[in-house]
Amino acid sequence: MRAFDAGWGGAVWKTIGEPIVNVSSRYSSVDLNGQRMMGLNNIELISDRPIAVNLREISEVKKRYPKHAVIASLMVESTREAWHSIVKQSEDAGADGLELNFGCPHGMSERGMGSAVGQVPDYAQMITEWVKEVARTPVLVKLTPNITDIRVVAQAAKRGGADGLSAINTINSITGVDLDTFVPRPDVGGQSGHGGYCGPAVKPIALHMIQQVLGSADSNLPMSGIGGVSGWREAAEFILMGCTNVQVCTAAMHYGFRMVEDMADGLSSWMDEKGFQTIGDFRGLSLPKVTEWKHLDLNYKIVARIHDEKCIGCDLCYTACWDGAHQCIHLGPDHQAPATIEAASRQRITQTPLPASYHRTNGTPRERIPRIDEDECVGCNLCALVCPVEGCITMDQVFTGKPKQSWEQRNGGAS
Amino acid sequence: MTHGDAFQDIHPPFAPQEAVVEANRCLFCFDAPCTVACPTHIDVPRFIKKIATNNLRGSAAAILESNILGSSCSRVCPVDVLCEGACVMHRYNKQPIEIGRLQRYSMDHFYANGAKLPMNGVVERKERIACIGGGPASLACGAELRRHGFQVTIFDAQPLAGGLNTYGVAQYKMRPSDSLREVELIRSMGVHFEQNVQIPAGMPLELLEKRFDAIFIGVGLGPTESPGLAGEQTSGVVDALHFIAGYKTGRVTQISGRVVVIGGGNTAIDAANAAHLLGADEVHMLYRRSEKEMPAFPFEYKHAKQHRIRFHWLTLPVAIHGGEKVTGVECLRTQLGSPDKTGRRQPEPIEGSNFTIPCDIVIPALGQTRLLPLLEQLRGVELCDGRVVTNAATGQTKNPKYFAGGDCVNGGREVVDAVADGKRAGQGIAAWLT
Repeated sequence: MRAFDAGWGGAVWKTIGEPIVNVSSRYSSVDLNGQRMMGLNNIELISDRPIAVNLREISEVKKRYPKHAVIASLMVESTREAWHSIVKQSEDAGADGLELNFGCPHGMSERGMGSAVGQVPDYAQMITEWVKEVARTPVLVKLTPNITDIRVVAQAAKRGGADGLSAINTINSITGVDLDTFVPRPDVGGQSGHGGYCGPAVKPIALHMIQQVLGSADSNLPMSGIGGVSGWREAAEFILMGCTNVQVCTAAMHYGFRMVEDMADGLSSWMDEKGFQTIGDFRGLSLPKVTEWKHLDLNYKIVARIHDEKCIGCDLCYTACWDGAHQCIHLGPDHQAPATIEAASRQRITQTPLPASYHRTNGTPRERIPRIDEDECVGCNLCALVCPVEGCITMDQVFTGKPKQSWEQRNGGAS
Repeated sequence: MTHGDAFQDIHPPFAPQEAVVEANRCLFCFDAPCTVACPTHIDVPRFIKKIATNNLRGSAAAILESNILGSSCSRVCPVDVLCEGACVMHRYNKQPIEIGRLQRYSMDHFYANGAKLPMNGVVERKERIACIGGGPASLACGAELRRHGFQVTIFDAQPLAGGLNTYGVAQYKMRPSDSLREVELIRSMGVHFEQNVQIPAGMPLELLEKRFDAIFIGVGLGPTESPGLAGEQTSGVVDALHFIAGYKTGRVTQISGRVVVIGGGNTAIDAANAAHLLGADEVHMLYRRSEKEMPAFPFEYKHAKQHRIRFHWLTLPVAIHGGEKVTGVECLRTQLGSPDKTGRRQPEPIEGSNFTIPCDIVIPALGQTRLLPLLEQLRGVELCDGRVVTNAATGQTKNPKYFAGGDCVNGGREVVDAVADGKRAGQGIAAWLT
């Protein structure tokens, strides 16, 4: 209810089932360069509160917030009776929809639930069918990414009659090892177990899997996008990739419910800027822009260009191009290797006070601004990716004058 | 106010997480401008990234590899005009990385954890090298020579080694104990110290030349230049270096009354700040040129203003008055004339503009004299303007057996310049003896 007050449109009430017991010490995270929780891992199971309590609270919430959507996320043992019963109870409590949790990758899967179902297409189809036998509200199947081809289970769910999908659930993970105790995190009395990984780090994987599912006709269903949605930008990306809506968990755990404010505000500003009236105006616009590699244009060429006036002279592009790419960025008059340049610097005799040219408030000295050899540049983007200054390195199109030609076309259909 | 309270660190140390956050801001530039700017070429991004990964032992080793006095330099270096001035972050519209404080963080960790510098793989050599003077140049030269396996003895006229690091650096930048722990590190590397030995009085040069295969001159400069004023022998006149050494060694713990400091350099500011912190009622600084020509670094000037030091520009002292004790300094107003050979405009006294600033203590801080009595006895060592002439890359003098570095060569610069000179001379001696 605090979430609804903060501006959230709906909640997925997860996950209702026979109450379980959790361990203490449940989360661990991956931090990057001082930034906390770029990835979050949990070994929590489903709700540890009785089904009756969860359902009673759902009714209460629905009574007070009739216009907000509450989706009951469900996980029970794999029998028809158990599923029929929980579906009826949830709908009686007022749930607006059901999400079948076939994705939880830890603990519950050892008991034949969660991803144990989601990894076997036949089970997923069968349970979906059971649910659909009694369900009066829309049924979403939540997919696990811990599978070779996520489309296979999505297809099974579709065959089973699911009204929609949600993806992705968490990814199997061990976030790290404590270097003093040698126990992986989180440490439960000297031992740990694999958990499920989520948060900003998983967004690229989620986007790809969603694209796979929505890009294929036999698995294409309305999709609730999950995985690293931390703000309006990710929300827009997921919707552009075809999602009907998005779910947020880690970001709300990190920053609280208030983070929805900018999610709505930012998305709405962006939509105004782009001239979109509704979410539907841009849903799926990026989907047709994803294709197989063999269809990409081999004659499209871009090269890196360094905008000298923005260059701060960190020369990260130079070292990245030499050590990680194609040696086509140069410093100084010749094609000097990094070690040669550094050795020359170390021989320089400097004394206080240094000449004004050393002070960076006076601008970047000419000799520290790298040059691109455009003939050698393959347009890989690495320099632009490592450059810390926005707009300093741009990847500019060079017109080759050649017609569009893919690998498939060039090879006459052979792959 | 007790001594300890008065001289708080001007740059407080980083807390661990603070250091990691700051270290993570570093872009890890290629051929980093900060490293080029550092006279000792400390690989700054390398040691900073090691702080980010919590490899503090490696971080300290990376610093000490280039600069054996990494701890004192982290405290006393004018980083604004060195590494931090060269940081690309200035152009990124951001604060430069706090390199000095990060370096101090690594160094403090090093000294708090046993200060062990592995000397593995050093092949001992029999050649012996004497270093004259116990300051930063000799310490760096000695440490570098030990890394090459040579036998090193440092001859120092003072009771404690470290030179100005021990006796002359303002207390709020570095304490004598900070300097002495570096001396101990260098001693642990196998450098032998002979304290209270004045060269040549304590050991004739002939003997030194006979016993040692090479000699490094790191004697620094002499006493503060005398102002040449009538009454400068009056009680209450104390030169800046004596004054600073006095409070650093605990001889002076408190002063009172009005203090006049003569000079506009960094040492003058150190003395003025110290006078303020030791309890002076008022501190005045007299400089014969204007604010614009003052040689002190801008951040030192700012620091002095924070201590409410009163600056008298275009003011030339002409006499010190007083009988048994100082009562005042008589001055003339000046105006700036044409530039001299250094490009600074020469002050010209204005006749009849005399006025007197009443005071109790006068601290002349007019730069240090050259140690000509010693330097002129070194046969074949060429001097120019009282400075030893050397090959900048090797430190070698015109007499190939003598090498030199630090203030006696550069005329008086920073600790880091002396360390760089000493290191290069150590490498130069090693190459010459091989």
